Amino acid sequence: MRVTVILGLLGKKHYTSLMLSLQKTAKTLWPLLFFLCGVASAEAPSRLLATGGASQVEGQAGGGIVPWAVLAGYGSTDEFSATAFYTRISLKDFDLDAYGVAASFGNRWELSLARHRFDLNGLSPVQSTLKQNVAGLKYRVSGDLIYHRAPQIAVGLQYKDHQNFALPDALGADRDNDVEAYVSASKLWLAGFAGRNVFANGSVRYGRSNQLGLLGFGGDLGSRRELLLEGSAGVFVNRHLALGLEYRQQPDNLSTARQDNWFTAFIGYFPNKRLSVVAAYADLGAIATLENQTGAYLSVEYSH
Amino acid sequence: MRSAALIAIFLVACANQQTTPLYEALGGDAKIRAFVDDFADTVHSNPRIASFFVDSDMQRFRDMLAGFICEISGGPCQYQGDAMPSVHLGLGINDAHFNALVGDLIDAMEAHDVPTGAQNRLLAILAPMHLDIVDP
Repeated sequence: MRVTVILGLLGKKHYTSLMLSLQKTAKTLWPLLFFLCGVASAEAPSRLLATGGASQVEGQAGGGIVPWAVLAGYGSTDEFSATAFYTRISLKDFDLDAYGVAASFGNRWELSLARHRFDLNGLSPVQSTLKQNVAGLKYRVSGDLIYHRAPQIAVGLQYKDHQNFALPDALGADRDNDVEAYVSASKLWLAGFAGRNVFANGSVRYGRSNQLGLLGFGGDLGSRRELLLEGSAGVFVNRHLALGLEYRQQPDNLSTARQDNWFTAFIGYFPNKRLSVVAAYADLGAIATLENQTGAYLSVEYSH
Repeated sequence: MRSAALIAIFLVACANQQTTPLYEALGGDAKIRAFVDDFADTVHSNPRIASFFVDSDMQRFRDMLAGFICEISGGPCQYQGDAMPSVHLGLGINDAHFNALVGDLIDAMEAHDVPTGAQNRLLAILAPMHLDIVDP
């Protein structure tokens, strides 16, 4: 019900396209969902529900488009945890599939691997899809998301390797692989507002990726890495349901394909420590010369 | 932006429990005793932390914890037990133990339908004790 109300308020035009995208996306995700429910059996690691966040689009623990300072899964001291995710973003003219796995060790280190498949839906004569692989590393420097007054701090790296570079090359991208670094601070305030738990995350990224790297790295307008701000904020309605917003600043390196900052409004559902589902409205701006790329984001994560 | 406004409206709409004293929001003495009883049973049988309670007098644990929660939530009680740091000193409690304990407490409150806002407010008072209870 609540989902429908929120989507309704986004406006009728958005609502219709969003529902179509969601239907399209749900078809792909249902079989996976049933599979994951079946696998959920053994006892989960000990961290509290939802404290592993979800899998952000590059495969690290986070929101939807921003990596947070939390680590994948629910592992605490001396515990191992692993996650697998599938995400689909259905935009006006493009579709992005992202999937991958992450593992965390003692709530200290996180390793992740993800793959992106960006469907150009026949809009490019050069190629039909863009593909890249992402390897991630995260280290929790200090703090605790919930129990400490100071936020939890983590630093991370993302190595991205583009697999079919013809279109990004034609658009003028400098490189087909790159490393980005970031620092994130995450904090949850128990009963932070009206008895509800409130959370926020801020990240600073040092990078130069064009559309996550799907359009390569750097370009004629900027070939060096720059500092980029990313942020998330939200509230848990109850222990299972979170509402939030995310923002991700993007570089603008290609004169041939302007890039906008990203914005999402999401609903996260955490029925148990095995499964989480995030649905969002995504506004990714201009992508590869096509303006106003809005649409639906849907992500499913299994945690072990 | 419309979604931001919507979330703001939603937040205001559920701003109701903050004004009720926590002791009453939790359900008073009867409800506190009920979920503390369940909590005591659970921790005693939770393989992650049961070893800490092997030699404990669980009836005393129940009475002390119910009195403690009553007092910190503003109820008409005075906690009669020892201070939290001294009770847990040198037990070798780590984050995994602490999380397991908090998880059991949340489950017990959920089982007794303690409202989400009251649960969160109690946890907000208890959370800083992490510093006293978990060995660095």
